[in-house]
Amino acid sequence: MAAPHVYQTRAIVLRQSKIGEADRIVTIYTPELGKLKAIAKGACRPGSKLGGNVEPLTYSSMMLAKGRNLDIITQSQTIDAFLALRKDLWHMACGLYTLELVDSSTLENSENSPLFDLLLNALRWLCQSENDKTVVRYFELHLLHHLGYRPQLRRCVNCNSSLNPVINFFSYGQGGILCPHCNQKEPVPRPLSVDALKVLRLWQGCDYATASRVKMSSKLSSELKQVMQGYMRYLFQRELKSMAWLEELEKKSLVDNNYGTN
Amino acid sequence: MASIAEPIARLIAELNKLPGIGPKSAQRLTYYLLHTPDEEVKSLGDAILFLKEKVELCSVCFNITDRNPCPICQDKERDHSKICVVEKPSDIIPLERTGKYEGVYHVLHGTISPAQGIGPQELKVKELLYRLQDNSVAEVILATNPTIEGEATAMYLRQMIRPMGIHISRLARGLPFGSDLEYADDMTLAQALEGRQEF
Repeated sequence: MAAPHVYQTRAIVLRQSKIGEADRIVTIYTPELGKLKAIAKGACRPGSKLGGNVEPLTYSSMMLAKGRNLDIITQSQTIDAFLALRKDLWHMACGLYTLELVDSSTLENSENSPLFDLLLNALRWLCQSENDKTVVRYFELHLLHHLGYRPQLRRCVNCNSSLNPVINFFSYGQGGILCPHCNQKEPVPRPLSVDALKVLRLWQGCDYATASRVKMSSKLSSELKQVMQGYMRYLFQRELKSMAWLEELEKKSLVDNNYGTN
Repeated sequence: MASIAEPIARLIAELNKLPGIGPKSAQRLTYYLLHTPDEEVKSLGDAILFLKEKVELCSVCFNITDRNPCPICQDKERDHSKICVVEKPSDIIPLERTGKYEGVYHVLHGTISPAQGIGPQELKVKELLYRLQDNSVAEVILATNPTIEGEATAMYLRQMIRPMGIHISRLARGLPFGSDLEYADDMTLAQALEGRQEF
């Protein structure tokens, strides 16, 4: 039997770009089909029925029609517009960062339903939580798990010995922790404190409700950020653009609220 | 394209670079021009050349103009204490068409787009903040588009301008004329409700 001409799906809009007079190419992430690009015809016109329903940072129920090259979004009804994220610059930047992470780490038409759930939950946590940095780090760690890059944090990735409560080292190339002995061969040592390792281990195995209860000093928070972002930079082989924007906001202290670290 | 005369192949290649013009359209336009009277083709060529020669950015508002400062910035009748901040020069046209705005403009030439790596440094933000320093401006109207990028830009500008004590406003958002409530998105409806007015 031929594939249906129209189909329905839930989708999170990752990004969009203008094409032609008033159309948009929308990149969406769906639970059943993974990432895909579709056309939203006339979405730039003021009276468009699609307009605000296909903006990035929107969770929508969509109907799409199979197209020759790209599918066409025929209907879109917003389920959650994450309004709290749109009212604050820092929250919005965190939301856009999670979208860019998913966009740049996934391939089109490659289904990954747990990753969809993780992204949806992360956006909801960002709306509710003041602990934005925890949400972002927890999201990064679990994103890597769903992509198959879960870091080995329990044993040394080189000699498989159990790790002692001393300063160990993170190896991007081997995807996990190296004991001080094995680290001697590494060209660039990346030390990881005992506390940072404990937090990463806890987060790797717990739900978000538990993870959000962890209280961290700003030093520990910044150490976790460096490790996670360094590892992702190594894996993706490029700088994430929205990561630079987050850093700029932090540097300029344009963050309205107290966003996390205690 | 060895079988095509070099001038024709060259024009096809040049037209093909324009947005929305594919190879077939470029070919059609080229052959159309070939059969057009000389003076019309010359006029088109001159218009294209003049575009780059005569047009520049206004040194005050950064709108595209053939006179510097632009006619709007030079107009003494306009209210120079109000600055309307827009994304691109073409946004000024619909605002002027309303006939409701008597102030001046500032063109940012883009929006902050974290996903594309466009930050405030790439826009005319520094120039706007410099313009606001002489205490003659009473109100800044943020008229960036109601998109994620437009919102991010407006929020960034708000946080940069707020310490200067200048009144900041944002274009109202709500349902466009002729639209249908049933198809409005959550954000638009929420803001239309928040900004409802006495009737």
